[in-house]
Amino acid sequence: MPNLSRETFLNIIISLGLLVFPFIATAMDEPFYITLATRVAILSLAAVGLNLALGTGGLVSFGHAAFFGIGGYAMGILASHAQTYTPIFTWPFVIEGTNQMLIIWLVAIVMSGIAALFIGLLSLRTSGVYFIMITLAFAQMIYYFMISWPTYGGEDGLSIYVRNQFPGVNTLDPSSFFYICLALMFAGLGLSAMIKNSRFGAALQAARQNEERLAATGIRPFNIKLTAFVISGMITGLAGALMADLNRFVSPTMLSWHMSGEIMVLVILGGVGRLYGPVVGALIFIIFEFIFGGMTEFWQFYLGLVLLGVVLFARGGAIGLLAGKARHD
Amino acid sequence: MTDQTVLQIQNLNKNFGALKATDDVTLDLKKGEIHALIGPNGAGKSTLIKQICGQLSSDSGKVIFNGKDLAGMDVADRAKAGLGRTFQVSSLVMEFSALRNVMLAVQSKLGTSYRFFKNVRGDNNLTEPAMAALKRVNLEERAHIMTAELSHGERRQLEIAMALALDPKAFLLDEPMAGMGPEGSKKLIGFLDELRHEAPILLIEHDMDAVFSLADRISVLVYGRVIATGSVEDIRNNPAVREAYLGSAA
Ligand SMILES: Nc1ncnc2c1ncn2[C@@H]1O[C@H](COP(=O)(O)OP(=O)(O)O)[C@@H](O)[C@H]1O
Ligand SMILES: [Mg+2]
Repeated sequence: MPNLSRETFLNIIISLGLLVFPFIATAMDEPFYITLATRVAILSLAAVGLNLALGTGGLVSFGHAAFFGIGGYAMGILASHAQTYTPIFTWPFVIEGTNQMLIIWLVAIVMSGIAALFIGLLSLRTSGVYFIMITLAFAQMIYYFMISWPTYGGEDGLSIYVRNQFPGVNTLDPSSFFYICLALMFAGLGLSAMIKNSRFGAALQAARQNEERLAATGIRPFNIKLTAFVISGMITGLAGALMADLNRFVSPTMLSWHMSGEIMVLVILGGVGRLYGPVVGALIFIIFEFIFGGMTEFWQFYLGLVLLGVVLFARGGAIGLLAGKARHD
Repeated sequence: MTDQTVLQIQNLNKNFGALKATDDVTLDLKKGEIHALIGPNGAGKSTLIKQICGQLSSDSGKVIFNGKDLAGMDVADRAKAGLGRTFQVSSLVMEFSALRNVMLAVQSKLGTSYRFFKNVRGDNNLTEPAMAALKRVNLEERAHIMTAELSHGERRQLEIAMALALDPKAFLLDEPMAGMGPEGSKKLIGFLDELRHEAPILLIEHDMDAVFSLADRISVLVYGRVIATGSVEDIRNNPAVREAYLGSAA
């Protein structure tokens, strides 16, 4: 394969596989598989968000569930008000709910971006274990807030009866919704690849490797990291809105530290900092859950063993194992 | 202070606990000159550079650069203001090629680090100035080598190239010749000799031959204090300096 690295080849195969998957599932007469594939696409997108912060920027956020959950609640709150024909608030101006995905996505992105800005401002002064703990603490704060706030279901969460709408697409059809999610996953991958190769991406990678040098070069590391953290949170927030739409349900579970851990596991399994790492991680995760989840309650224990193996023996995650070390230039 | 003064350090102090690392240091850097800062190991030379760059805060005193007090400015601000420094122990982006390290400096100089879409590879606005800077330090043939694979001497050259790409108004070079072979040192001496006309250089160097051949002025730092400032001749003949520092070497 001249001019085509093994990694690129692998990425193309995975992309094509996902693109034709609904046809395979339909041919197999297993429509439920399409829902599984939709989860792969959505979890991938969530992990693409984290991978930008963690892989490219070296920001080990253990609080990305905050953005995932905020995206989920953006969908839940807007759609529940549309469902009951009640405005969200009436003063100082009236804001109505909506069941339009495009608006929901926009709100999810903006709200998770604001949250990431706030959390980033307060946590990015620290690094290492402190950063991990502070991001975790902020996510838990939001988690407990949503549990104790009765307006939107508290601990029970919110159910939405009908999937939200997208112009010109029947979103109730599983394949159609899958392709919406897949398109957004590809958009997220494209965006993160572009960012990584850009001037901003160069500064972000330098911030990960040597902050002192970046600052001495006249670029303030804090601002670079904060910007990356916000973009990262926005992408994960969008994934949260999609996940809520897939499940037609949002609850504080989406905000819990388990969710943060799950997103991080996807990134590590697939390969930290590798473009398709999140996708491979999500594939492994969902396949594991599907195969072993039916056999044993302890499937996550076995996934944990795989994770341990990856961390100990395959530093580049599954992609590192399949395609070798990352190429630098 | 005349308008020839680019960098003015006034009564600067820094203590590490009971240790006076910088003790009431006053010195300046004038247009077109190389001002060498010499002194035994642990005298506080690197600490002084770090204070000037904003990497370490000062307990008291002022750093005035082009007539502007740098108080309250962080490392990035000061670099943008035109302080081009190199580190005593090379500090580079190790997983970048030499070229990409310098490209980082070029994008900083251009003020374009918040561009998210255009690929930096093959971006002539970055690669051309970066190549030019590498060429000036004779590193252009190593442009595409990963920094982690460069020799110590080459990393020193790369640090200088990054400083050059920032087009600074003053250079602060912390032992730039350390780790370079005699051939490399000789080339660098010739290069610095010319460079002083672009921007003045505050030069920390242990190689006395280099210092005596390059410096317009020399300041001697001992236990954080400047014990003498003067021309090469003044310093060679200063009894206090001979005693405290040059010792057997002189
Ligand atoms: N961060 C620090 N904390 C405590 N002591 C320090 C620190 N940095 C330097 N020192 C001490 O300050 C003195 C001056 O160090 P330095 O500026 O590196 O000397 P030089 O560059 O002249 O060899 C030394 O005694 C060193 O041990
Ligand atoms: Mg030193």
